[in-house]
Amino acid sequence: MDLSSIRKLITRYCTGEESWVDSRTVYIGHKEPPPGTEAYIPQRFPDNRIVSSKYTFWNFIPKNLFEQFRRIANFYFLIIFLVQLIIDTPTSPTTSGLPLFFVITVTAIKQGYEDWIRHKADNAINQCPVHVIQHGKVVRKQSQKLRVGDIVQVKENETFPCDLILLSTSREDGTCFVTTASLDGESSHKTYYAVQDTKAFNTAEEVDTLHATIECEQPQPDLYKFVGRINIYLDRDEPIARPLGSENLLLRGATLKNTEYIHAVAIYTGMETKMALNYQSKSQKRSAVEKSMNAYLIVYLCILISKALINTVLKYAWQANPNRDEPWYNQKTETERQRHVLIRAFTDFLAFMVLFNYIIPVSMYVTVEMQKFLGSYFILWDDDMFDEELGEGPLVNTSDLNEELGQVEYVFTDKTGTLTENNMELRECCVDGHVYVPHAVCNGQILPGAAGMDMIDSSPGVDGKEREELFFRALCLCHTVQVKEEETVDGIKRGIHQGKSTSFYISSSPDEVALVEGMNRLGFTYLRLKDSHMEILNREDEMERFELLEVLNFDSVRRRMSVIVRSSSGEYYLFCKGADSSIFPRVVSGKVEQVRARVEHNAVEGLRTLCVAYKKLTHEEYEETCRLLNSAKLALHERDKKLAEAYDVIEKDFILLGATAVEDRLQDKAADTIESLHKAGMKVWVLTGDKMETAAATCYASRLFHRNTQILELTTKRTEEQSLHDVLFDLSRTVLRQHGSMTRDTFSGLSGDCQDYGLIIDGATLSAVLKPTQEGTSNGGNYKEIFLEICRNCSAVLCCRMAPLQKAQIVKLIKASKEHPITLAIGDGANDVSMILEAHVGIGIMGKEGRQAARNSDYAITKFKHLKKMLLVHGHYYYIRIAELVQYFFYKNVCFIFPQFLYQFFCGFSQQPLYDTAYLTLYNISFTSLPILLYSLMEQHINIDILKRDPTLYRDIAKNSLLRWPTFIYWTFLGIFDAVVFFFGAFFLFDNTTFTSNGQLMATNTQMMFGNWTFGTLVFTILVFTVTLKLALDTHYWTWINHFVIWGSLLFYVIFSLLWGGIIWPFLNYQRMYYVFMQMLSSGPAWLSIILLIIVSLLPDVVKKVLCRALWPTTTERIQTKRQCLTAEQSTIFMLSQTSSSVSF
Amino acid sequence: MMASSYSAKEEDGLHSGSAGLGGAAIRTRKPDNTAFKQQRLPAWQPILTAGTVLPAFFIIGLIFIPIGIGLYVTSSNIKEFEIDYTGTDMSSPCFNCSQSFSWNSTTPCRCVLFFSLDQPFESNVFMYYGLSNFYQNHRRYVKSRDDSQLNGDERSLKEPSKECEPYRTNENKPIAPCGAIANSMFNDTLDLFYIDPNGTKTQIPFMKKGIAWWTDKHVKFRNPGGSNPNLTAAFIETAKPVNWRKPVYELDTDPENNGFINEDFIVWMRTAALPTFRKLYRIIQKKNNMTPTLPRGNYSLEVTYNYPVRSFEGRKRMILSAISWMGGKNPFLGIAYITVGSICFFLGVVLLFIHHKYGNRNNSSDIPN
Repeated sequence: MDLSSIRKLITRYCTGEESWVDSRTVYIGHKEPPPGTEAYIPQRFPDNRIVSSKYTFWNFIPKNLFEQFRRIANFYFLIIFLVQLIIDTPTSPTTSGLPLFFVITVTAIKQGYEDWIRHKADNAINQCPVHVIQHGKVVRKQSQKLRVGDIVQVKENETFPCDLILLSTSREDGTCFVTTASLDGESSHKTYYAVQDTKAFNTAEEVDTLHATIECEQPQPDLYKFVGRINIYLDRDEPIARPLGSENLLLRGATLKNTEYIHAVAIYTGMETKMALNYQSKSQKRSAVEKSMNAYLIVYLCILISKALINTVLKYAWQANPNRDEPWYNQKTETERQRHVLIRAFTDFLAFMVLFNYIIPVSMYVTVEMQKFLGSYFILWDDDMFDEELGEGPLVNTSDLNEELGQVEYVFTDKTGTLTENNMELRECCVDGHVYVPHAVCNGQILPGAAGMDMIDSSPGVDGKEREELFFRALCLCHTVQVKEEETVDGIKRGIHQGKSTSFYISSSPDEVALVEGMNRLGFTYLRLKDSHMEILNREDEMERFELLEVLNFDSVRRRMSVIVRSSSGEYYLFCKGADSSIFPRVVSGKVEQVRARVEHNAVEGLRTLCVAYKKLTHEEYEETCRLLNSAKLALHERDKKLAEAYDVIEKDFILLGATAVEDRLQDKAADTIESLHKAGMKVWVLTGDKMETAAATCYASRLFHRNTQILELTTKRTEEQSLHDVLFDLSRTVLRQHGSMTRDTFSGLSGDCQDYGLIIDGATLSAVLKPTQEGTSNGGNYKEIFLEICRNCSAVLCCRMAPLQKAQIVKLIKASKEHPITLAIGDGANDVSMILEAHVGIGIMGKEGRQAARNSDYAITKFKHLKKMLLVHGHYYYIRIAELVQYFFYKNVCFIFPQFLYQFFCGFSQQPLYDTAYLTLYNISFTSLPILLYSLMEQHINIDILKRDPTLYRDIAKNSLLRWPTFIYWTFLGIFDAVVFFFGAFFLFDNTTFTSNGQLMATNTQMMFGNWTFGTLVFTILVFTVTLKLALDTHYWTWINHFVIWGSLLFYVIFSLLWGGIIWPFLNYQRMYYVFMQMLSSGPAWLSIILLIIVSLLPDVVKKVLCRALWPTTTERIQTKRQCLTAEQSTIFMLSQTSSSVSF
Repeated sequence: MMASSYSAKEEDGLHSGSAGLGGAAIRTRKPDNTAFKQQRLPAWQPILTAGTVLPAFFIIGLIFIPIGIGLYVTSSNIKEFEIDYTGTDMSSPCFNCSQSFSWNSTTPCRCVLFFSLDQPFESNVFMYYGLSNFYQNHRRYVKSRDDSQLNGDERSLKEPSKECEPYRTNENKPIAPCGAIANSMFNDTLDLFYIDPNGTKTQIPFMKKGIAWWTDKHVKFRNPGGSNPNLTAAFIETAKPVNWRKPVYELDTDPENNGFINEDFIVWMRTAALPTFRKLYRIIQKKNNMTPTLPRGNYSLEVTYNYPVRSFEGRKRMILSAISWMGGKNPFLGIAYITVGSICFFLGVVLLFIHHKYGNRNNSSDIPN
């Protein structure tokens, strides 16, 4: 109930301000209205076919290809391939066509398979039978043939085939129960109501006689919003008009529960159902690594183009001499000669592009995708993050952001259900200053013999007793809890009677359950709602019946709810419960001061408080109220607004009864996790809808604030005294003074001896800060900057009284600040969805408030404490892995292509490739692909335990540190250096000397000369070995898999080369590689130079690593070194620190 | 109690999601606790520190320097003699030949160069011709051949590959061997004479077989017509390459060295990697242990000058070289090994210093906890 309005806000925020869509008219049972009322306009509606598949059999190939080539990388490779096909290029089209074909085919097969599954699912849904009432009989129809206006019969546990308006049910009171688990993940039963005037039409025949039309809005995606009107034509001419709301609308995808059957009329079908309208993919989030990768790609594209340009220009400069261009031994064909020089130059440029295009390899995208996809399994598999209680592990909804987990700078966390258990217990209630404490409960179960209650204060007088009972009755009546009297029901439930767990309380709000249960322990038991009468059992075990007249539902704007009941004695009561801030201003009498003191006291303790008030209504007042409400409910336009206005009028002049305090315990290890995140250099912000004192108490408990944290308040209270402007400047001065005096580096910030600040801000002030100021531009917009400046210097920030929209706003604000930090939002409820979607990484907690957060998140975990391992271990690993993957890929392709570039200077810029086609094709696909893929899945530069123990290591990779430009330039230059070594090493070996094979191989003992293919093969061999060994040097974690893959791929290269050169391949029109590799291996100098050049290529990197480690070690490297030296000692320290932390916790 | 109610909920959720999955599905959701899945495979975790790398550097230094010295000494002991006979200079005996070159001349131009060897060549001597500024690695050139024709394929003989253009057909007959490489085959004839101190010339005997790769000669290159000894008949429908003076079946009189399997031809067909290159021409075998292969003294090199290089500013050389276990004379490897060895050794010393100075610091304190 509170969630629905929150969701409304979210949807409004996400989909933009909704506009009134024009209405449609539905004729129930396709019966024309009586003449004279309205013109019968048959409207065309789509049939009930659901199409979630993307392709059909016919358009699959063109559409899928089009989709795939819309990716810029694929398009680039396609262009290269086409260029190779069209013009005479140095390498055959297969070199780029084959990998591209492979990638495209695999993707197409994958997408085709997924679509096939979707087709199957669609067919299953579309063809499943539904029962439709036609001419008074129940007829079976395929679901897809259902039309708007059909009357449908749905039986228990069946899923609604389309969006329906409930006409009648098998239950007398015209209600039915529904779970919307597959829509929003909330498995609690929700009650839906039949239209009052049609609920009597119970059988198929009766329903068939119904003559009515429904006017309602056109379909819109908001699940919780619906307005409409039903006009029922009975015998009289004047139709009866009744309002329809979301409580009458059964959504497609929901399931009927606990109700034998219902009759309902279809109003939205097929792709117009709310479920289908909500079926849209989330916007794509891109990680920082991906952005760096794209930047690198652009650099390499520039390098590629400039290489091709340089070579083209040099080529024409060089062959200006006709004897070079066309010496007698190497004449051109006639057609070549006749070609225009510009065309020749252009084709040459393209040919160079093709020759060097391997510098941006197709396989990089494939490898990165595979790494992300396969890597995410380690999160799924993680035993530490498996929750025994829920029987569930973490979920990975997108694997694109794995590495972003290692880059988080800001953590925005929800409080309730995220930091805390969301396991509510009534701790005390306070009636007129008297405090009542229900008996201790254990895990939701009342301890034996705990039927009575403790009274802290002395027993009140007679008058007090009356007030006390009124208070208890108020709590028993003012709620939307349902009672379930059966074995297995869903939602939040507790046994009412100890021992016989036959009945449970169910509600979408755990607070309410806690309150009703608490009342049970205090002697007042809510039994059931029967025939609009609420039955409660009072202390004397007597049944009291109250007629429930109106429910004024909870919403997060009003922050209160009310019920209007009539007691058996005929008195009208309005009971209201809500947040203190929304109750106190509306109270006219009662012991406000005592209650307020108690509420504040409880809030400081970290308890969730609610105030309870009531007023008596006279019959006239009640009538007036009803009129107000009904007129608001009947409105088709802006019903919510009108309802809110009506509520505002009704809920006033209260008499305060008392307050309740519900405890929500901190989650296991929440404090430890927060402390770790702090140490890891992350800023933790708590965003909550709770009130300041409660939230602050939780923050202290979870060690977000320490005792020596100086709290800066930016609250309405303070801004009332001073202007916002002054407050902001005051705070920023305080913070900056300290900042100026703090000269130490960031690392010592965690030692704790320097003053750290915590900021508390509330929703109202925040919106004032964010609001663009009206007073011109002098300090307009500045507030935001000052606010950010303050926040930047605070180690922890608490934002309370936040609306869901504001949570997202805060995240957006931080995201857009000038450092562009990486943000993470974590929450469990529907009110956190907006910030989860907004943040770079959204994490949902699979908690009690449904699954909506988990479904909209990028990752879902079961407990807040798992965030620690998620970020500090998995995030860290993923980041270093992918960073190395990206850098290494560019490096190895520089090594690969740069010799080819250098070779052009020695072959007359003729685009002669240095390597054979097979090598060109397979280099990235098979010779060097697996080691880096496995590295990027297995690498652990530091052990898991150390990462968990020492969160400061996370700072070493902060700010994308492994993918910054200096690192990138280092890798690129290393690649160029290596390429130069390979090329000129081989060059000096060949140049003008008799570099020959010893020739002992084949019977003759002569010296045999080597040609250009041997030259290329020599360079390529050195290249493959160097590049693989470079990775071996970078590997810190050698499992048998790494050994297997690294040595295996080298062996594969050798075996492949032997095979490739060992046979005259009949399908090839050239045999240039025949025996080249063997002859090379039979030459002593070739061996010597291979060894030499590999060592020379690896030398600078080794020296750089060793020197950096020795002279400027990072924390990571120190830990690594230390671990090597002091393994034994370390383990004892580890154990000690573990025990101490657990003790202190 | 709580747990059971939760699992009931879970089961329900599964039912709604995918019917038919029972309670068994819940249990399978718990991950297996294998070392691989938990990323706790046993692993060797080496770290490159000054301490661990130090020995490697010293060892590399200590191994490379001797190897380098050995290579260098070997290389410098290899005798090599080189003479340029292009004839660009007025003074050169081949000047006239180079100036008056024409493709159509029927009488070959001859020139004689005199040189003397200061030291005798003891073992087998390899005779090379060297060309400079000749782009055998030009792309248009490299691909201008038909390997299946050279492999004796009859169809390719009649219909050579398109790659051979513009050296594919001549007067409507297919060229055999086609392509630019074959067409431009080196066709100077070099003869070496030893001039006794008393003035008599003795021709040095050459071995012209065994200069090509064994696999090339026996597998990759084959004459058409299989074992048919009559090469002339096999090549009957073909034209000779434009620039050749005689057809392919008249390259040699020895049937084992004629046609496509002529070793001079095979050597030429292996395109050189760089524009300045050498190719093996002949082998001068050692006669006996008593006399050196090429004794000290005066020699004359008689050149039949058929091959024009002046147009592209090329050079032609004749090289005599002895070989060792590491092949021909190549000072680069030796020098490179000595340099790299010394650098490693030097780095080893530097690292030792650094390790000594900073190593302890790292290993002891200074680690923030």
